[in-house]
Amino acid sequence: MLEIQAITQLFGGLTALCDVSFTIRQGDITGVIGPNGAGKTTLFNIISGIYRQTSGRILLQGKDITGLPPERLARLGIVRTFQNIELFGQMSVLDNVKVGLHTKSHSGLFSCSFKLPWHLVEERRIAESARRWLDFCGIPDLADQRADSLPFGKGRLLEIARALASEPGIIFMDEPAAGLNSRETQDLASLIRKIRDAGITVVLVEHDMELVMDVCDRILVLSLGEKLAEGTPREIQENTSVIAAYLGEG
Amino acid sequence: MKRELLKFLILAILVAILPTLLSGSYLVNVLIFVGIHTMLAVALNLLLGFAGQISLGHAGFFGLGAYASAILTTTYGINPWIAMVAAAVAVSLLAFAIGFPILKLKGHYLAMATLGLGIIFFIVFNEAVELTGGPSGFSGIPNLKIGSITFDNDLKNYGLIWLFTLVTVLLSVNLANSRIGRALRAIHDSEVAARVMGVNARLLKVQIFALSAGISAIAGSLYAHTMGFISPTSFGFNFSIELITMVIIGGLGSIYGSLIGAFILTILPEALRTFQDYDIIIYGIILILMTMFLPGGLVRGIPGLLARLRPADKQEEG
Repeated sequence: MLEIQAITQLFGGLTALCDVSFTIRQGDITGVIGPNGAGKTTLFNIISGIYRQTSGRILLQGKDITGLPPERLARLGIVRTFQNIELFGQMSVLDNVKVGLHTKSHSGLFSCSFKLPWHLVEERRIAESARRWLDFCGIPDLADQRADSLPFGKGRLLEIARALASEPGIIFMDEPAAGLNSRETQDLASLIRKIRDAGITVVLVEHDMELVMDVCDRILVLSLGEKLAEGTPREIQENTSVIAAYLGEG
Repeated sequence: MKRELLKFLILAILVAILPTLLSGSYLVNVLIFVGIHTMLAVALNLLLGFAGQISLGHAGFFGLGAYASAILTTTYGINPWIAMVAAAVAVSLLAFAIGFPILKLKGHYLAMATLGLGIIFFIVFNEAVELTGGPSGFSGIPNLKIGSITFDNDLKNYGLIWLFTLVTVLLSVNLANSRIGRALRAIHDSEVAARVMGVNARLLKVQIFALSAGISAIAGSLYAHTMGFISPTSFGFNFSIELITMVIIGGLGSIYGSLIGAFILTILPEALRTFQDYDIIIYGIILILMTMFLPGGLVRGIPGLLARLRPADKQEEG
């Protein structure tokens, strides 16, 4: 579905990513793991259009999407969440999710100001979908709270609900389990499976190995900006160079 | 939604009955200015309060609208209504063109760039003497007319200007509660997240800048046709600061707040005539106090402040 071809990213003299190629298959839950500084988040930032890579290409369903800005990628069905959740803090939880439906609605300045009939129909549809996605993520009762009043774990779920509201083909999650307790992490694992079952391809960067080994179909291991290994969780667990990279051996 | 409609109806009724309660054209005249200032503050609030983009040059767009109307009608004999529309469209397009490079800037840099923009407009109003009349002003601007009605006295102008003001308020409230309003607030809170959700932040910021400038230009046209005389001092840096003070007093992102801010800052100088030359100092002090104690503005801040002052009552209620 998404093909990453020979991505290299230099920051000044530092090589953050070196010639990384990888294919994300439709319907899979793919994990990206690696020690700190391996380039996982950099890879996410490149795929989601926030950074422009030094070289390499990205293909979505065979179409070159290299260098497109995030708002264009969102329309093509690529969304992401952030490591340090980026909510719209001053807005209500429901309004946050409604922004997720931005690409699914079209009213412009004029029809919004004059409340033209089709705009009202659209607003109703937006509100209904937004509530559906809050339900999906298990936080329907928080709809009217301000987003910046949420505890961290709920904020994570809201960020995921907002991303899902755009009905993406593929969702990238940057350390979704960071800062969650074990109970919340278990719920997250079932939510991730639920997202995959809804037909959305999932890619996550994660440090929580238990979660990764539990939910992922395939895993990409990065170390010091290079691809170290890829395969099923079992293959990765048995891969000696991965073990070496994590334990710091030879 | 119902509450929004109720608020608007109360405002409309107030606007309709106020002049009958006031004796003397002086107070009606003050209320005309409240109306013009409300249009400007609401326009600036769309940019500053919703999209989170500052403009220290909005008095310049106000002035452009006023001068465009004055010149088109007086010098070229064009119908005032057509002049008003032409002025609004031209100023919007100008702001759209300027907006693309300027709104790439953030924070202090955007403040400096818009400040410069306002100063350039101010210099043009002063120095293009053949066109604008220069520092001594531009007089003889005709009144607006509908059929046989000429808007030539205070009461008629009051009706005309508040009609425009009410429409501005209504449309802005609608906009604020729509997908565009949400996208603007999203840009304000986290531009990167808004973009990831598919909001074309760069285009939307420029669009709202152009809309804001266009509304300011309409306010400028109304001002010119109502007063019949304009001069550059009305469109200087001080007035831009005054507009920002109105928006902040009322509350960033609160449309009705802008109305209250405009009301207070229009009445206040009238009440404080003795401080005339020190008004900018008073605005400065108000701005400092507001940001320290009521950063959400009056409309949102006062209930919170009251609640803080009476914590005992609250507990009893609970």
